[in-house]
Amino acid sequence: MGDNNKAKSVIELQHLTLGYDDRILFNDVNINFQVGGFTALLGRNGTGKSTLLRSIVKLIKPLSGDVLIGGHSVKNMSTRDIAAQISFVSTEEIKIPNLKVFDVVGLGRAPYTNWIGRLDRKDKDMVYQSLDMVGMLDFADKSVDKLSDGERQRVMISRALAQDTPIILLDEPTAFLDLPNKYEISLLLRRLAHEKNKTIIFSSHDLNISLELCDTLVLIEGGDVHYGTTDSLVEEGHIQRLFKNTQLFFDKKNMTIKLKTK
Amino acid sequence: MKKKYHKLYFIIIILAVVTLFGCDIIFGSVTLSLSQVWSALFSADSDEAIQTIIWRFRVPKAIVAILAGAALSASGLQMQTLFRNPLAGPYVLGISSGASLGVSMLILGLPLLRISFESDILRNIGVVGAAWFGSAAILAAIIAVSTRIKDIMAILILGMMFGSASGAIVEILQYLSPEGALKSFVVWSMGSLGGVTTTQLAILVPVLLAGLVISILLIKPLNTLLLGENYARSMGVNINVVRRLIFVSTTLLAGTITAFCGPIGFIGIAVPHMARMFFMEADHKTLMPASMLLGAAVMLLCDLIAQLPGSEMTVPINSITALIGIPIVILVIIKNKKIF
Repeated sequence: MGDNNKAKSVIELQHLTLGYDDRILFNDVNINFQVGGFTALLGRNGTGKSTLLRSIVKLIKPLSGDVLIGGHSVKNMSTRDIAAQISFVSTEEIKIPNLKVFDVVGLGRAPYTNWIGRLDRKDKDMVYQSLDMVGMLDFADKSVDKLSDGERQRVMISRALAQDTPIILLDEPTAFLDLPNKYEISLLLRRLAHEKNKTIIFSSHDLNISLELCDTLVLIEGGDVHYGTTDSLVEEGHIQRLFKNTQLFFDKKNMTIKLKTK
Repeated sequence: MKKKYHKLYFIIIILAVVTLFGCDIIFGSVTLSLSQVWSALFSADSDEAIQTIIWRFRVPKAIVAILAGAALSASGLQMQTLFRNPLAGPYVLGISSGASLGVSMLILGLPLLRISFESDILRNIGVVGAAWFGSAAILAAIIAVSTRIKDIMAILILGMMFGSASGAIVEILQYLSPEGALKSFVVWSMGSLGGVTTTQLAILVPVLLAGLVISILLIKPLNTLLLGENYARSMGVNINVVRRLIFVSTTLLAGTITAFCGPIGFIGIAVPHMARMFFMEADHKTLMPASMLLGAAVMLLCDLIAQLPGSEMTVPINSITALIGIPIVILVIIKNKKIF
């Protein structure tokens, strides 16, 4: 991934249909994600945000259609091939006693280390760099179960950075965080997308933050999936439509969500 | 950085294993002196009775103790990481019971059908095969359920249910069995490291070594599994292959030990926690070898205690492992309410 061809899409969803045996989440979705963008995946609970992220990283199979990473179908890629392209931050809470922050981030090097997972000089440098990027360098020797939620989320992002992939997917990275932490983690991700030229896609319920910080949004609503720049989605009225039949409305002028009743 | 004392700890544990190995050979119903052991080991013209005691009985038994301790601990560590459950182990999850069921069907069931084995080797292979089959069946059931039910307590309770069900079938077989078969089964079920014959040793050693080698090869995937299966897969681990390897190695390790030494409980669950307490780490690069070595040391110690040195009697080894292992498990439950 040395040369960055801006026009090239890193992730292509082709006629993607996702769902489970008894229920289709959405049908025939076609999206091309561009290199280096910071994208939020928005939608209400159960609309398929997690499922979409998981299908991109091949944790689940689509009902039909395909996902292409750098032009290659994930169907033909091994888990190891995918691990070199995409790192994933799940909602799982990692609170194992005596598991050091350094070791968690070191696990991000797993696709590149030998049979026993030994970290060489280069791997260790990468781990320290990744910890530094998220501001957690001083926590290297701490045990993960002793961290606050915000600190733990930084460590998990740092682990994804250590995996050194052009794409990072995150499943609700700001859930369970307080408002300052939500902003800090979102700003951190945006900075990584723009400065390190990573393609970052995350699912979220924080519409206000996403509208403020993201380059592009994916809106999933009642089986419809819309992808576009934040401005274009606002212009086309897609944001507004998210809140029909609710107590909320979208204030276009201030780009915020508000309560209908005074 | 953090691993300052690791080498020292490993040296201490290895010394403990060597010392306990020596003690296990010296002490027994007849206590030998160091010089007697020395001459029996290294000179040809020594007392033949002592030669026999040492080479026929005590050395094989001590070797079995080392292998059994290492095997049960390695499989316990794998179970705990795979199921992300600090209370998992081959005994608790019913895998040993599955092996017992297999063995009981062979020892008790075949005589009922008036089938008997012609040769010793055939009989032993049959016992091991039955134990593998039984433990593999229970393990397969637990793995199948665990992909659907994520609740760790549910899986433990299920293991206990499988264990109780096996126990019930074993009791029926016992009730129906003639005295001779019953006696040999009861002796087997009390657990013994000393009953292993040379023929059995020839099966036991290579099989357990294979299981232990697989355990060591699993160190890296087990580390990624600390973060859960989704993380492990997203880091390039082929989870299906890994799950199968854990399956094979646990069946080989726990099944074989149960076949030849009887159901030995609480080593598999307690020893990995001892390793964690000792090294204050979660990395399997440390925990796997540490669990194997500590398991060997603990098993030798249990065997030594079971001899009741100075007396003519011995007590069943699985009573001692339970009495030593259970306090550690209780400590773990109280101290770390949350491990995964």
